[in-house]
Formats: sequence, C-alpha cells, structure tokens
Amino acid sequence: MAKILMKGNEAIALAAIKGGVDAFYGYPITPQNEVPEYLSKHLIANGKVFLQAESEVSAINMVYGAAGAGARVMTSSSSPGIALKQEGISYIAAAELPCVIVSVMRGGPGLGGIQPSQADYYQATRGGGNGDYQLICYAPESIQETIDTMKGAFDTADFYRNPVLVLVDGLIGQMMESVDFDRPVKQRILLEKSWATNGTKNHPGSRNIANSLHLDPVKLEEHNIHLQKKYKLIKQNETQVEMIHMDDPDYVIVAYGTMARICRSAISMLNEKGIKVGMIRPITIWPFPEQAFDQIPSTCKGILCCELSMGQMLDDVLIANNGRHKVGFFGRSGGMVPDPEEIVDAIVNFKDKVVK
Amino acid sequence: MEVKYQKSVGLTDTPLTYCPGCGHGIVHKLVAESLVELGLLDKAIAIASVGCSVFSYQFFNCDAQQAPHGRACAEATGIKRVLPNNIVFTYQGDGDLASIGIAETIHAANRGENITVIFINNAIYGMTGGQMAPTSLIGQKTTTSQDGRVQALHGSPIHISEMFATIEGVAYMERVSVYDPKHVIQAKKAIKKAFQYQEEKRGFTMVEVVSSCPVNWGMKPTDAMNWVKTNMIEEFPLGIFKDKGDQNA
Repeated sequence: MAKILMKGNEAIALAAIKGGVDAFYGYPITPQNEVPEYLSKHLIANGKVFLQAESEVSAINMVYGAAGAGARVMTSSSSPGIALKQEGISYIAAAELPCVIVSVMRGGPGLGGIQPSQADYYQATRGGGNGDYQLICYAPESIQETIDTMKGAFDTADFYRNPVLVLVDGLIGQMMESVDFDRPVKQRILLEKSWATNGTKNHPGSRNIANSLHLDPVKLEEHNIHLQKKYKLIKQNETQVEMIHMDDPDYVIVAYGTMARICRSAISMLNEKGIKVGMIRPITIWPFPEQAFDQIPSTCKGILCCELSMGQMLDDVLIANNGRHKVGFFGRSGGMVPDPEEIVDAIVNFKDKVVK
Repeated sequence: MEVKYQKSVGLTDTPLTYCPGCGHGIVHKLVAESLVELGLLDKAIAIASVGCSVFSYQFFNCDAQQAPHGRACAEATGIKRVLPNNIVFTYQGDGDLASIGIAETIHAANRGENITVIFINNAIYGMTGGQMAPTSLIGQKTTTSQDGRVQALHGSPIHISEMFATIEGVAYMERVSVYDPKHVIQAKKAIKKAFQYQEEKRGFTMVEVVSSCPVNWGMKPTDAMNWVKTNMIEEFPLGIFKDKGDQNA
C-alpha cells in the first residue's frame, strides 16, 4: 500500500484491524471518537465485534470478559474516561489478561478540556487503579509511529499476558499525516491461549478461571512476586527510546509524544544559535528508559524535561538522572501547546527553569 | 445399589463457603443440575460477582471469570459477543446487581444480550456483614439501618423482576424462591428454562431467587426460611413476569 493521508484516530483504528483486533468495546468521549466510529463500520462489516457500551466502566469490563475468553480485544478513551476504566484495568492486569487500551489525552483535572495534553503520565505509568501492577505503555510522537505501535500491540499484549496502553495526545488523534501501513512489526512467537475461558469442551480435564482474588496473603504475595518477575522481563526486553544528537550536547531535552515533535524544531533553532542540544525521547514511558541517562556526558550543563503537563515525567527524569546533572522543567497545560520558540527560550534561560 | 441422589457433576468437590440455612447452596445445586441436564456444562462460562458468592468460580464445575463489583453483566457481554455459541451466566446478589451493578444489568438486558442472570435477593449485604441492601424491606434492621429501613430516608425496596419485565430485550423473567421443597422444584424449572432459552438464542434471561440470610438477619435457619415465606414474598411476589417464548409459541 502506498502512503496515504489519514487522521490520527482513524489510523489508530485501521492499525488495530491490521494488528488483528477481534473485538472493540468503548464509550464516546472527545477527542478519540473517530476510533470507535471507524471501527463500528469496519469491524462489523468483517464479522468482528464492535459494541458501544453504556459507560467506560462497562466497556473495560467487557474487555476483561473478552480477553479472558481469548479474544484480541481493545478499548479506547480519553483522560476522564480512562480514569473510569482504572478499576477494570487493575483487574485485567491482576488476572494477567492481554488487551490493548488507547488513551487520547486531553487537559485535566476533572472534566478539564478537550485540547491536547500529557497530564495523564501518572495515570498511565503509576497505575490509576489499585495494587502493584504495570501496563506496557507506549507514547508515540507521530501518526506513523502510532500505527507501527498499534500493529504490534496485540502481539505484545498476548506475549506477556499484560495490558498494553498506547498513550497519545489529542493532537496526534486529531491531525492528519502521510502514513504507511505496510511497515514491518516485530515478530513474536505466540503460544496458544490454553488459559482462555472458552468452555471445558475446548480443554477437557481442566477448568480455566480468570480471577484476581487471593484471600490468602501468602498466595497474594506470591502472585505479586510473580507479576514483578514479569515486569522485570518487560523492562529488560521492551524499553524503547530514541537518542537524538547525543554526541557532546550542551543541554539534553527529555520529551515524548507531541512535545518531542515540538522540541525537534526547537533543537534545530538552537543549533543555528550555536547551542548544541540533544534529546532523549522515551518511546515507552513504562518501562522508562533510565539507562539512556547514563549516556549523557558529564560536560552537559543541564537536562530540560518538557511536557504538556505541570511536571509528571519529571519524576522519572529526576530518578534516572540520580543527581548527576541539573534538571530543569518546561511545561504547558490545559490544552496549551507551545511554539518551539518557547523551548528555545527555556534552554537559553535554563537557570530559571532548574528544579533540582 | 442404585444411586437415588448424588451431588451434581456440575459442582466441584470444593466445600461451599456458605452459612447454614443460606439459600446459595440450594441455588448452586439447581444451576449445576440444570446445566448438566441440558448438556451445556462443558460450554458454560460462569461469572462470579462480589459478595458471598464471590467464590462461586470455585464451585461451578465449568470455566469461570470473577468480575469486579457490579460488572458481571458487562463481563458476560464481553465474553458472549466473542463466543456466541457458548453459555454465559452471571451469579449475583442484590448488592452487586440491584445497587452497584444496576446500569450494567439494565443495559445488558436492553441489548437483549443472550446471557442468563441468576439473581439472589436476600435483602441484605451478606459478605460485608449485614448492611442495608436496595432490596431490604421497610422496617428491616441492618447494620446501616439500625432502627429499620425508613422509606423517607432510604427509599423503598427495588423490584427487579417487575422493572426488567418492561425491557424489550428480556426474553424471560421469573421470580422464584427456595424456602420449601415445592418452591425449590419451581426454581429449578425456571433456571432450566432460562438456560434453555439462552441455548435457543432468545435473548436476556433472568431468574430472581428470593432467598435467606439467617446469620445477618439474626435468625435460626428455619426461622429465616419462614421469614422469606411470610415477609419477603409479600414484598416480592413470585411468578413469571415475562416469557417471550410463550408469546411466540
């Protein structure tokens, strides 16, 4: 297929189909509505399942049921909707079921607004639901990268029996770009879902149960230790980062998603001014690419964390930096998207941006 | 020696966690027997809810999922849509279904999801220690209505069977009880019919079972069964509230 011009949300939907989605359960919320709209037409037409649920709470529990039954299943939503799904996400992670969740972030807190934001980094990486669990969380910066991520997301979820969260902001959801749906995805060897609750006639002699309840604290701790082992493996194998202009930079920017796109422009402008700026661009925000920070030379004058939030990834930047360099922060929120010039100013006046 | 009676193969050997005199054990048996007699056990998927029956996934001898509080019908929907030829049923109490899960239940019914809901109404929260339920009777003393349920403060007992009979997607809605052998037999007929209808893809089926909770009611098991008969049935009359099968026959 040649390159085509496509809107981000529709590209997410088509990439999900290319990735092998069997069923979608969701609930309307701006700015992600084109995802379910596209799927409502194309999934049902191809004999797959599309269902608009009565709420986000219901939608994620439909995902739980279908994932447990062995289907490749997804939902999509935006910030307040993802908040409502947290209970179900915790259960799905606890029961070790695979699914894909798309979050098209808007400004918060509360009902907030409908313009692009990155204020759900905590929600995505710190677990908005209860308990010690992690989602494999991708934060692509373009529609092309979102497509590539979505196409492989179901395989990744199945491989680890873990929910995958694809986190984009409203700008990626709403803009159009020229994209290619034929780029290769990482090949994984997937086992048959022998654990699926699809009736004992499909697995005689044993019962399959999808469950997160372990009243015996010994058993529950064992389950948590088991989950942590899996998360450690995911950290080792799935951490993704792009290192940009990291040869002897004066400053290093850390940014993801739409903010990383803006920072790319700012870095070019700064280079023209003779200021060498590199960028660490996390592609997975959980696992966070901590080891990338070991490549920052000691001569670097500072790290600037840039987000469309009031400072959330900043926590991970401070942990990864571990006191080695000065860390500054630049953020806009509420749906305000900065011009590259604002990033340029933040680097030029870095001393005013230092938080630690 | 001829075996006249034995535990249904639809139940596992795991000892039930229910209190003496509780109706759950009886209803579990009826569900298990119905699935076995209809030949549906090996394609059944049970949804356990939150409450006393949270461990029902350990008791029903089929595949199972354990749902978050109130979400059983959503989870059942998710399964049934991807496995339309399996049998999917939820087993929920009055707190789970009639309070926190009322939206999920109504909308599953309204979509005519081809699932079966076994709804145990014992007018109290059992697992958490006897709090007021949406089905608690006026005047009923619970740990959160210690002077008795008052209509002006708490509203009236919610009538699930009557409400669901008004929903187009519901194919079968019957309220039964298990306070004596005659009614146990009637309950079995209703449960079996609900599963039969699901197998025939007729739509949403629910059986409400008016049941007992002697421990949290503060009664002996026999007194609790009598209280079902004398007080509960007055508020929650038994009978078939909707049967699309009969209309179509």
